[in-house]
Amino acid sequence: MEDKILVKDLKKIYLERRAKRRFLSQCHYKEECLVLNGLNFRVKNGSFTCFIGPSGCGKSTLLRIIAGFDRPTSGEIVIDGKRVKGPSKRHVFVFQEDGLFPWLTARQNVAIGLKERSKSKEKWDSEVDEYLELVGLTGFENHYPHELSGGMRRRAEVARALISNPDILFMDEPFGALDFVTRLQMREEMVNVHAMFDMTILFITHDIDEALQLGDQIIVLSDRPSKIKRDIILNFPHPRDLTKGELKEIRKEIYYQMGLHVAL
Amino acid sequence: MRRFSFLWAFLFLILLWEGIKLGLKIPEYMLPSPQRVLSALLSMLVSGELLKNTVASLFRVTWGFYLAVFTAIPIGLFLGRNLLAMKAFTPIINFLRPISPLAWIPIALMWFGIGDKPAIFLIFLASFFPMLVFTMSAVTNIKPIYFRVAKNFGLKGRDLYLKVILPAALPEILVGVRITLGTAWLVIVAAEMIAVKSGLGYLIIDARNSLRMDKVIAGMIVIGIVGLILDIFIRQIERFPSVEWSQMRR
Repeated sequence: MEDKILVKDLKKIYLERRAKRRFLSQCHYKEECLVLNGLNFRVKNGSFTCFIGPSGCGKSTLLRIIAGFDRPTSGEIVIDGKRVKGPSKRHVFVFQEDGLFPWLTARQNVAIGLKERSKSKEKWDSEVDEYLELVGLTGFENHYPHELSGGMRRRAEVARALISNPDILFMDEPFGALDFVTRLQMREEMVNVHAMFDMTILFITHDIDEALQLGDQIIVLSDRPSKIKRDIILNFPHPRDLTKGELKEIRKEIYYQMGLHVAL
Repeated sequence: MRRFSFLWAFLFLILLWEGIKLGLKIPEYMLPSPQRVLSALLSMLVSGELLKNTVASLFRVTWGFYLAVFTAIPIGLFLGRNLLAMKAFTPIINFLRPISPLAWIPIALMWFGIGDKPAIFLIFLASFFPMLVFTMSAVTNIKPIYFRVAKNFGLKGRDLYLKVILPAALPEILVGVRITLGTAWLVIVAAEMIAVKSGLGYLIIDARNSLRMDKVIAGMIVIGIVGLILDIFIRQIERFPSVEWSQMRR
């Protein structure tokens, strides 16, 4: 597999004024704030890459820069051999917050992700319903977001992202607000989704086990100004058992890297 | 029984009215009895006077109010999205807003003469500024996540306004519409006391001139009832599923 994304010596400096809006509360006054301090890594085509690191270390900033929503201070991002200059329609985000439009039904929300609007309405609906079925929302097509549970809303958002046929799917802590069991279910479904679609997924999480179960690659970032602490490739089949063998060792090591000295 | 609890409160109010009148021996020309008012109400209903004047008032309110809503909402949507323009115009809006529409009466008469036009103009003034402020604040209160999602899926220009900004702001705008319609209805009565020869405001001032306090109170009751109906009507719009969400969340 060839490289999909190449990140070369990426640096990002925020000025305090802008940084404040981005919730980087540790930056003071007009000082420059170094967030990303020279990151180098590559992501293979079609792989599932997880980013973990302490809160506020710049994971979201990194994703925004890769997606072209923000510019690096220095260094460059190369996707498919071309330098990233701005946002692309084929880079789709699933955000941490609830991003469904509450004034639209599940079906109408997913239809927002459809790019070609020339098709007939029936064709639209059937395509949308296909994706809703894929994420297990059949029977809820005409429900409004406030009538769905938290997990269902996330599923609808994943369906909306998938229907737009993304090349790269960016997920910024998508399951952070869900309860434990729902999160485990979503994890399983993400494995299936990734197997079904030919796309590269960049996935931010706080949950080390989530990263270990989902990722083909895990990138561990340090505290700000962040550098890459570890870049691990995981070639293990799904479903994975984290309590045995090599994965157990890797898990232990990541916990250690994150400064957690718990007995595992 | 519970559904009609308001009827009991209403009955209590009537009895209180009658009681005070009898107890304090208030003469008929100062406070007419409920029966008297009711009969005035009925006779005006039969003669068609009531219907004619209510329609005249509603006609003016509808025109002035719709003119205001259909100009203030687009302008508010635009200003709400342009921080610089909003900063520039907010002081002017806040300066014009507290000037009572009634203070505009001389100017309205000078510009539009006698008839429906000055009254409509006053209603427009009374509705435009609150509607503008409500719309602007509704737009600035839209959660930033919706804009990020819109950008993510390439919604721009007209699509952005029609599919995201307007529906996201609509619940708050509708609250504004409800409050503004109440204000417009308040102002119409005052406006009709000067420039026109029809409408509920005119009915009241005309009845006063002939010292018919029963007709004055009957007119007031009709104003209250129409206001109530208008409010109930707008509340129905707030129940549409595409607007209801703002009440369901949080």
